[in-house]
Amino acid sequence: MKQMTEQELQQKSVQYRKNIIKYIYGAKAGHTGGSLSCVDILNVLYNYVLNVGPENFDSPDRDRYIQSKGHTVEALFVVLADKGFFPESDLETMSQYKSHYIGHPTRKVNGVEQNTGALGHGLSLSVGTALAAKMDARDYRVFTLLGDGELPEGSNWEAALTASHYKLDNLCAIIDHNKLQITASTKEVCDTNPIDDKFESFGWAVRHVDGHDIGQLKEAFDAMPFEAGKPSLIIAHTVKGKGISYMENVLKWHHGVPSEEQYAAAMEELDQVMATL
Amino acid sequence: MGAIIDKEIETGKANLEVFSSTLQELAATDRDIVAVTSDSRGSGKLVPFGQKFPKQIVEIGIAEQNLVGVAAGLASVGKKVFAVSPACFLTARALEQIKNDVAYSDNPVKLIGISAGVSYGALGTTHHSLHDFAVLRAINNIIIVAPADNFETEQAIAQAAASEQPFYIRFGKKPMPLLQPRSESSFEFGKGRVIKEGDDITFIATGETVYPALQAAAKLEKEQGISATVISMHTIKPLDHDLLTKVAATGKPILTVEEHMVYGGLGEACASYLIQNGHHNRFKIMGIPDEYTVTGSQNDIFNHYGLTESGIAAEAAKLLEK
Repeated sequence: MKQMTEQELQQKSVQYRKNIIKYIYGAKAGHTGGSLSCVDILNVLYNYVLNVGPENFDSPDRDRYIQSKGHTVEALFVVLADKGFFPESDLETMSQYKSHYIGHPTRKVNGVEQNTGALGHGLSLSVGTALAAKMDARDYRVFTLLGDGELPEGSNWEAALTASHYKLDNLCAIIDHNKLQITASTKEVCDTNPIDDKFESFGWAVRHVDGHDIGQLKEAFDAMPFEAGKPSLIIAHTVKGKGISYMENVLKWHHGVPSEEQYAAAMEELDQVMATL
Repeated sequence: MGAIIDKEIETGKANLEVFSSTLQELAATDRDIVAVTSDSRGSGKLVPFGQKFPKQIVEIGIAEQNLVGVAAGLASVGKKVFAVSPACFLTARALEQIKNDVAYSDNPVKLIGISAGVSYGALGTTHHSLHDFAVLRAINNIIIVAPADNFETEQAIAQAAASEQPFYIRFGKKPMPLLQPRSESSFEFGKGRVIKEGDDITFIATGETVYPALQAAAKLEKEQGISATVISMHTIKPLDHDLLTKVAATGKPILTVEEHMVYGGLGEACASYLIQNGHHNRFKIMGIPDEYTVTGSQNDIFNHYGLTESGIAAEAAKLLEK
């Protein structure tokens, strides 16, 4: 894979944000705020880290990406379309009758590894997938994206134990730590802080990054495993609704759909950012 | 085990033991066979498996949701995974993982529910699985099997290992006699096994209730001259509609027997098919009723609810009198 420059990756992020807004606006449905908070992470994963593309998606040695926070599927669809897994125009059918492009990832969509959507499932699936690599001495790696709001699901902590028990240093979990969930802030709903101490005590090696800083994300992924014999956790500090000023850190944009005026304003703002890159 | 009808029945082992020995045979030649356990290798009779194939057993600890999720992850990359846990916990605690990570995602895990039904007896309701058929029947893309004897168990395990589909296979830990000589036996998922042919009534049973149904048939024949067909309906889903149609066409009564709540299991599955296809045979479902289950051993509980030679024979006689 040809390495993209940091500028090219930054341009990708803006384009992905435009597409997320475009297709959510078209479908009149979607998880807008969370898709915008995680899309830089997906950008770096698919354009820098993962050895995955449509040409090798059947290879047993491909890296795996499993999206535990399935509801921000719009970010994933937009990135997969850009990678050529399917024509971007497919996304015009999002949420329509008989479309495979529904509100959560399904394997009916080329490029999706696992059906997710119920929270607290991705980490166990990833542990099993990473464990199989260890058993077969394969060197693929497994990446999973968790939302901070799904951390209270007990199954995450069961899986966290198994990951360190089996020394899965081929596993990397990323928490999209945008600090908001549907009801209120994660701190108000169920405070899971300190997340780093918890995972460290569960046997993980943990790093914090600015989840919108392409350079920091690249550096963190390059450093994986953070410690030999330990699974890696990246706590990516993000902003829900990132990139659209009227959406940033505003609760209602969890699954808010922009009006015509809001859509135009969002596109204009993103175009302005693009012009500076 | 003694004479049933007119032939000697071979004494058998617990289906659980046969599961374990069959899995060991498979693992010896296929390194992709993996057993995943939740501190259940002892109760799953997998200690020898773990000793022989330490690289093919994954211990999760007591965390059933994670057991099923990890199993699904392993299966998604080509492992032939047997996720082994008490049926009660596997199908209740981890139901969402079964629904999403196994069935919906088409990760072909073989879920093995050990000590199913009321096998745990006096350990009580927390340890009973009288809901498993019902909840799993309502989930798309999972084959549900309750082998009756050692032959069905070894066939189910071996055939499931070779299949690309998700399975739930449950059995108990009581020694089960062989229902037919192996030379007369065949096994195919979704095809009921006719153990005995008769003219007056049909018993459709599953799992560990097939044997008492067969005993009841012998008793009725000997004492009242009533001749019963006995079917081991080892596959609860997909149900053998052809065989149901055939037995319904005789017009004779049908009695179903299962170690499961009377709601949502084998009996209601048969009733639903028959009624919707215009069959109106006299019909009775035997199982565990909707009440706080009586306490006691598995035998005590079977006796209490009539899932026995005499209990089934009595219900059959009543059904024939109607």
